[in-house]
Amino acid sequence: MKTLNLSKVDWQGDIHWFKYNDLNLLLDVNSGSIHIIDEALETVLKELKTNNECTVLNEDSWLNALPRSTNLLGAETVNEVCQELAAKQQEGTLFNEDIVGKSYCPPKPTLQALCLHVAHECNMCCRYCFADGGPFGGERGLMSKEVGKKALDLLFNESGNRPRVEVDFFGGEPLLNFDLVRELVRYGRAKAAATGKKISFTLTTNGLGLNSEIEKYLIDNKISVILSLDGRQQVHDFNRKDIRGQGTYERIVPKEQHFVELQNHEDYWVRGTYTHQNLDFASDILHMVELGFRYLSLEPVVAAPEMEYAIKEEDLPIIAKEYQRLAKVYLEATEKGQPFSFFHFNIDAATGPCLIKRLTGCGAGTNYLAVTPMGELYPCHQLVGKKDYCIGNVNEGITNDDLRQKFLNAYVYNQEECIHCWARFYCSGGCKAGNLASNGDILKPAKISCAIQKMRLEAAIYVQVKEWMKNCQ
Amino acid sequence: MHIRTVFTPRLQDSVKVGGCGNCHVSCQSACKTSITVSNQPCERKEKK
Repeated sequence: MKTLNLSKVDWQGDIHWFKYNDLNLLLDVNSGSIHIIDEALETVLKELKTNNECTVLNEDSWLNALPRSTNLLGAETVNEVCQELAAKQQEGTLFNEDIVGKSYCPPKPTLQALCLHVAHECNMCCRYCFADGGPFGGERGLMSKEVGKKALDLLFNESGNRPRVEVDFFGGEPLLNFDLVRELVRYGRAKAAATGKKISFTLTTNGLGLNSEIEKYLIDNKISVILSLDGRQQVHDFNRKDIRGQGTYERIVPKEQHFVELQNHEDYWVRGTYTHQNLDFASDILHMVELGFRYLSLEPVVAAPEMEYAIKEEDLPIIAKEYQRLAKVYLEATEKGQPFSFFHFNIDAATGPCLIKRLTGCGAGTNYLAVTPMGELYPCHQLVGKKDYCIGNVNEGITNDDLRQKFLNAYVYNQEECIHCWARFYCSGGCKAGNLASNGDILKPAKISCAIQKMRLEAAIYVQVKEWMKNCQ
Repeated sequence: MHIRTVFTPRLQDSVKVGGCGNCHVSCQSACKTSITVSNQPCERKEKK
């Protein structure tokens, strides 16, 4: 006899169903399974959720336990739905309990990635810059070769048995210290060869300093590049200005177009920021596509709530609709044979990262550190300049073990508001620095970021399912 | 049919074999484009 055992289901944190554009979708959080459901099944689920007596049901009892659904749908349909739900539970794709949370113990912290602030200087002065125009509230300056090399020594020494290490050249604007970038790429590659590890480099630039020599170097050395552009000219120029206050769109777009053409669209992201002042940001993505860019990302601004451009709580319904529009635009572009990639829709729903990775999250303070030009270490680039969060230096390594332990323990099962959230294995509890900025606590998720994360995940799941359906045809 | 299964990643099984460190570290901050951990491929799988 088929049985439906709901006695251990956390209806808030173990299961999530939602309507997105033309589909009703169901996520079984603990297995990661994704299903398309019809309205009848949704009706039954709603009644099961609200009826506390529905704990263990079988073919003899489920009709009696579901009077409202039976009245609405008829006994035959309710019976069919329950049979299917029981079959899914039996095959392990529905109503799974979170069996990991009770016993999870984070892995030993091993350093894997550094964000090198090679320049606390910038040739631009963007309105929303969280780095205070380059120096992160401190002094302006460039990283020396000595500090850069010591940082890489630390990375290799602390990377244990990790097969790969990663270095991101960041700023300020890293192209302002490009000689150091070249030096450290050479040094890092030599160390990787000597230790038998792989090393990969990324560089995040505003694009203004790109020239043919730098372009050639980045391509020849297989450095992944993140190029900043906010979309439409009026949107971009309103926020992204040079140090004289002039918009940069007309100078940056041709440089970035030239670069991605030259590297044959192989290893880049064009990344923009949207704010309270351009909530119609799908139009900015479309504009980037029209400019010929194919790998795109657009992120909500990181800002103190009092800033005029900060995303407000009342913006959230508008943003939710805009992601729905973006999902449609994205699928239409694929349909027309002009596909583009939107970073946040690229979830790997079929497998994706392991659960341990999903729990570890970004690894700030444990797997990942930021290094200032002076050689100070911080748990991540966003915490640079917050002296209480200085975790060590390149000479001595990690000196603040308590802080490291605090970040090691900052995983979703220790975040009270995340334990029962359906998105916990996708966002890993959110950005710790964002949590700190919003709530003064790395364990307390930032409300607005959290809401945006969830709407973006729903959009991503929808897009993945639509693409799967297309491939099935 | 009232339910059609699309993806079955069996996440909980991955605990037994996961955590190898082959994948990239993923920044979750909005200022770097790598915010969602689930955006990442499992690189151990790719090596198989």
